[in-house]
Amino acid sequence: MSTIKLRYDIPANDFVIAGEASSNVKNKLTQIGLSSDIIKKAAISMYEAEINAVIHGNGGYAYVEISRDKVVINIVDYGPGIPDLGLAMKEGYSTAPDNIREMGFGAGMGLPNMKKYADNLEIITEVGKGTKIIITVNF
Amino acid sequence: MEVKVKEYFHSVNLDKDKCRGCTNCIKRCPTEAIRVRKSKAQIINERCIDCGECIRVCPYHAKTAITDSLDMINGFNCKVVVPAPSLYGQFDKKYSRNNILYALKLIGFDYVYEVARAAEIVSEATRHLLKDPNIKKPMISSACPGVVRLIQVRFPSLIDNIVKLESPMEVAAKIVKNEIHEKYNIATQDIGVFFISPCAAKVTSVKSPYEKKKSYIDGVISIKDIYLKLLSALSNVNNSQKLAEAGLEGIDWANSGGESGALGTDKVLAVDGIHNVIKIFDEIEGDRLKDIDFVEALSCTGGCLGGPLTVANVFVAKTTLKKHMNEASKKGVVSMDKKSYDELVWTSNVVYKPVMKLDQDLSKAMEKLEMLEKIYAELPGLDCGACGAPNCRALAEDIVREIANETDCIFKLRERIRNLAEEMVDLGGKMPPVMDKEDLDQRKNE
Repeated sequence: MSTIKLRYDIPANDFVIAGEASSNVKNKLTQIGLSSDIIKKAAISMYEAEINAVIHGNGGYAYVEISRDKVVINIVDYGPGIPDLGLAMKEGYSTAPDNIREMGFGAGMGLPNMKKYADNLEIITEVGKGTKIIITVNF
Repeated sequence: MEVKVKEYFHSVNLDKDKCRGCTNCIKRCPTEAIRVRKSKAQIINERCIDCGECIRVCPYHAKTAITDSLDMINGFNCKVVVPAPSLYGQFDKKYSRNNILYALKLIGFDYVYEVARAAEIVSEATRHLLKDPNIKKPMISSACPGVVRLIQVRFPSLIDNIVKLESPMEVAAKIVKNEIHEKYNIATQDIGVFFISPCAAKVTSVKSPYEKKKSYIDGVISIKDIYLKLLSALSNVNNSQKLAEAGLEGIDWANSGGESGALGTDKVLAVDGIHNVIKIFDEIEGDRLKDIDFVEALSCTGGCLGGPLTVANVFVAKTTLKKHMNEASKKGVVSMDKKSYDELVWTSNVVYKPVMKLDQDLSKAMEKLEMLEKIYAELPGLDCGACGAPNCRALAEDIVREIANETDCIFKLRERIRNLAEEMVDLGGKMPPVMDKEDLDQRKNE
């Protein structure tokens, strides 16, 4: 049983496209026939990571592997990185600039939501180099 | 056997003689339920939600709705009409609501009961439900059958958000049947209640109801079909009887925003047009709709006034309806007691219809998805519709579901022909030495 491998570009600061990668993955998971709870977990956690890459990470790419028992979502950016991860995980804390907040983003719930919905969340980040988010949702 | 027929009943129908096999309807269908086969459009029953988009968009008027004819009322002793409030927007402003209701009596009905009145009762019940702290939010209105079916097929995680109250149409039929039975002592089976409908989805909800086993409505007549009769009857009306009883709250249900506007809270969202509804439902599924308690979602642009079986232009109808609303009182109905709300609740639930799944078995579905991606990568990606599928991805899906072939794609077909032609030229250039006369002749001439 081989895995399904998908790759998506995440363009920086493009709010029209933002969310399309996670929407795409959501449709594929629906076609596989997973339960709606599992699909919801994967879709929401991936969406939050994708939006973060757009707003904060200066764009990047998403690499998704769907295997028989789980889906692993990698979101990689070469942006500024997260200086204080503990602070970033706090609900309500956001470093989004004003123009982004005006669009309705920047509520400070991205990382907390990711943690809430993913079965496993791994964050590898280095200031000045970038951030890699690895989300696992089990079937 | 009978149950199966009811499960797939669709009021959206095709007139094969008018269908040209063009790509208009297949591209607009929100559930990709149409394919062109043998140069005619074919609806995939499991995927169709009766939203009526194809009826609206077909340039050759080949898509129609199956509705009952006015003659059907003759099968009943007592003929009752329950008109949708959209009816009021169809005629010239000079006619009052009373005129229109009276005209309905002139064309053969004995009794009129406005669906708008029942709508006010449903609004009251909804207001009560909103106060319940346990109810799942955002609540999604069940008024539009097309939207409920959309949720069944594409958004099953939202099934629990659907407000499980009977539609104003059913409530009206139930009330009027009881009223007549008690007042005039007529047996319920002799009372025929007919709904005047702006859309096809309502027909399906009567003939194949999801909320209980049988509808209270006996027939559905489209606004289109009685329009001319009503128009000529309108020239003979007088204002002797006061038939108009519903308030503006009920009449506004015909508009997008009318149902949610009656709830007395700002935390509502009204969306109309099936593709817009899909966008909003995506937001709700992704937990991105904040601070909204109630969502009114309607398949037709403009709300029911824009239904595929209406006659007047939706924007003109909106202005006309406004006039009727101004003339009406705020509310027509006295508030109900709590016990009566329980009667409005659905007795059975809507089920998930997993038509998007590639296979019942998870492993097989994943294999099929993999194959789908591979096939899709080889297709031209033009979404031209020449293969009869709405886009290249849908064709890839059809191939994996074994209901189409790769050569249905004319570009793939031409590619194969070109390859074959090249092979033929290649082979044509090679003659076995025994037969190769041309070479010998050439050498003779040199």
